[in-house]
Amino acid sequence: MNFKHKYVFLFPGLFVLIGILIFPIIFTIRLSLSGWNSYTPEMNFIGITNYIRLFTDDPRFWESFFRLSFLSVSTVILQYIIGFALALMVWREIKFKRFFRVIFLIPMMTTPVIMTVIWRTFFHESLGPVNDLLGHVGIGPILWLSDPVIAKFTVIIVEVWQWTPFMFLLLLAGLLSLPKEPFLAAAIDGASSFRKFVYVTFPLMAPISIGAIIIRLIEASKIMDTVFVLTSGGPGTATETSSFYIYIKGLREFQMGYAATLSFTYLVIMIISLTIIAKVLTKLMIKE
Amino acid sequence: MKIIKTCLTAIISSVMIFSPMAYADKWSDQFPHIKATGDIPGECSYESMSKKNYKGKTLKINTHAVPVMGEPTALHAEQFAKLTGAKVDVTHTPAGDLYAKAMVPFQAGQAPYDIVFGFSNFINDWRRYLEPVPKKYVEMKQMQDVTPSHIGIASWDGVMYQFPVDGDRHYLKYRKDVIDNPKYQKKYKADTGKELRVPRTWKEYGEMAKYFNDWDWDGDGEKEYGSAEVMKKDDLMYAAFYSRSAAYSKNPKTPGGFFFDLETMKPLINNPGFVEALTDWVEATKYVPPGGINFGLGDEIGSFGGGQTLFSFSWDDAFVAAMQPDSPINNKVGAAQLPGAMKVWNRESNSWDEGFNQAPFFVWGWAVGVAKKSKEKEMAFDYLCFFANEANHQADIGIGRFGVNPFREADFKADVWTQIGWDKDIAQSYVDTLAEMENSKNRVFPLRVPGTFEFNAALATAAAKALAGQLSPQAALDEAAKQWEDILNRVGKDNVRKAYAVGVAMEDNKL
Repeated sequence: MNFKHKYVFLFPGLFVLIGILIFPIIFTIRLSLSGWNSYTPEMNFIGITNYIRLFTDDPRFWESFFRLSFLSVSTVILQYIIGFALALMVWREIKFKRFFRVIFLIPMMTTPVIMTVIWRTFFHESLGPVNDLLGHVGIGPILWLSDPVIAKFTVIIVEVWQWTPFMFLLLLAGLLSLPKEPFLAAAIDGASSFRKFVYVTFPLMAPISIGAIIIRLIEASKIMDTVFVLTSGGPGTATETSSFYIYIKGLREFQMGYAATLSFTYLVIMIISLTIIAKVLTKLMIKE
Repeated sequence: MKIIKTCLTAIISSVMIFSPMAYADKWSDQFPHIKATGDIPGECSYESMSKKNYKGKTLKINTHAVPVMGEPTALHAEQFAKLTGAKVDVTHTPAGDLYAKAMVPFQAGQAPYDIVFGFSNFINDWRRYLEPVPKKYVEMKQMQDVTPSHIGIASWDGVMYQFPVDGDRHYLKYRKDVIDNPKYQKKYKADTGKELRVPRTWKEYGEMAKYFNDWDWDGDGEKEYGSAEVMKKDDLMYAAFYSRSAAYSKNPKTPGGFFFDLETMKPLINNPGFVEALTDWVEATKYVPPGGINFGLGDEIGSFGGGQTLFSFSWDDAFVAAMQPDSPINNKVGAAQLPGAMKVWNRESNSWDEGFNQAPFFVWGWAVGVAKKSKEKEMAFDYLCFFANEANHQADIGIGRFGVNPFREADFKADVWTQIGWDKDIAQSYVDTLAEMENSKNRVFPLRVPGTFEFNAALATAAAKALAGQLSPQAALDEAAKQWEDILNRVGKDNVRKAYAVGVAMEDNKL
């Protein structure tokens, strides 16, 4: 048998991989070395000019990156805490368990853009129902979308509402797959519910938790639609995130070359930072 | 014999006189949109279009989202299809993406759309990809009525690239029932010692807006506010800022540039005139409705048109929306030129020139062109000509949400507006305002240079930071000016100067 035949079977997969992953990355790198924009629509070569501009003369990108870090880390932490709490709730034998499981998943099943439009209407400062209701109890009006600090928390609220069900789903699947023996042993030893959670459930859930947190961090770091619809990055640049900023540079201002520089730099930063986060989480949450 | 001759003459004359009406009946029955006027004879009328046969052909159009411009595009597409047998595909795109949606295929040498809608200030970036409007359309009767300003806006170096379908300028809209109300005039005088009148300056505008902010002055049980303005970044807010800046910065004694000094190409947007305007604007955040700092154009139209504020200034749409029969403030609004200022910055003497100054802003508006690579150019131009024919135009300008605004000499007659239910004095003040702007010798035209989008976006970001309190007005505009310098270096000063000179010539009344 000629073992070289096996490579023939690799080609389709390899071809697809090159087409959908390698080629776009190489193209992005090449584009980032060009000055393609609305008035120079060509793949010229300008060396690392765009990278020099990014690292020496674009504080807005770095501000948006740190803002993104704050938004994604805080939303994922909240999603993890609430998602875990909900998963624990329906993991136990409670009434209408199946009903709650479906209810908790509804936000994730809705279209993010449509839901954000609805949230924007809720939070509309002068016409929305939230301020109207708060007004009846003497609160407000709260500037949900117009105050630079509050607007960030509004984005967090919408993101947490939308994506906590995803965390809930992963963690519930993890809980359902846990072995029963450690819990039986803890029960025989007379451990309280709290101690069972701290010494049995949480450690057993650590690998799944890390996976869920990393998946959500990757997704949260791409936050775009919520910001786009809810605040357009405003007021000022108070809620502008990296992906929204890259969108503005690329598709609003048509600085394709520079937007490619931002995208590639962002990709490298994300790969490095997520690898570090995964290592740190593993060290913190999984004890040998 | 004489009697027969007289009868024949009478019959022939009657036929000739009433034939347009006969068409009007025939076409307005089928197309109720033009029921007020019926078809109006012309090269692109309903009658003329019905003689064209585009059966088996498809016209592809990219336009704005519904309703502003998107709704009339779709409506006229449907009518055009019925008349000519063509298939018309209309794609709706949000305002912020119109530029890129056309530019990406333009630069790739493709023509997924035969017709592309955008803003008139895209002209410099788009013109190399657009087919110039053919002579036969430029010389048509309906085109002869377009005002010289709007012919200039649709053209570059004397070549028309954009088919005029809309005319735009920013002006002041105010609640006539408040400003002209003797009870409020007396109260305002007693409380402030000042006259309540149509504000002549931005300072007066601010004082009145602040006074009428956050209380129920129309007795509807809900609070009203001072002003509705487009303050949302990336939602045309830079146009609002230019409007507020013109009076402080467009000095008729210093021709040669409003945005840049044409000679040196030094950005002027951080000079004391612009800083004063931005300082006023930051102050305005105190008299807009809650959340007003996030108002885009749609919010501004809804807020003023819905009776929520005393003042507003931007495109015609809010005014026309307010004047529609279903509006709560129908016939309670007035129009006037943008407020002026009691001083204007003189960049040559580097000091303020004292005295009243006013400068209308001919802001960009909706514009549309035919792709050079389109295979259906004739049909595309016919569609545009039909879109803007006299019957459609008269019907469209009376519907606020359509975003089609006056750009023809005929539109500046009060009768056009009284016919659709406006009070005579309001119609007169409206057309007078528009005419005064047309006749002004101290006008500002939009920036139409390579990289326009970048310049405006940089300014919008800086102004938005000032409005949000992230930066002081001076620091924000210094940041914008620095970015403008960077953009100039990237695009090339000479490239920008060459293009900017065309706009400056219009501002300096040389074109």
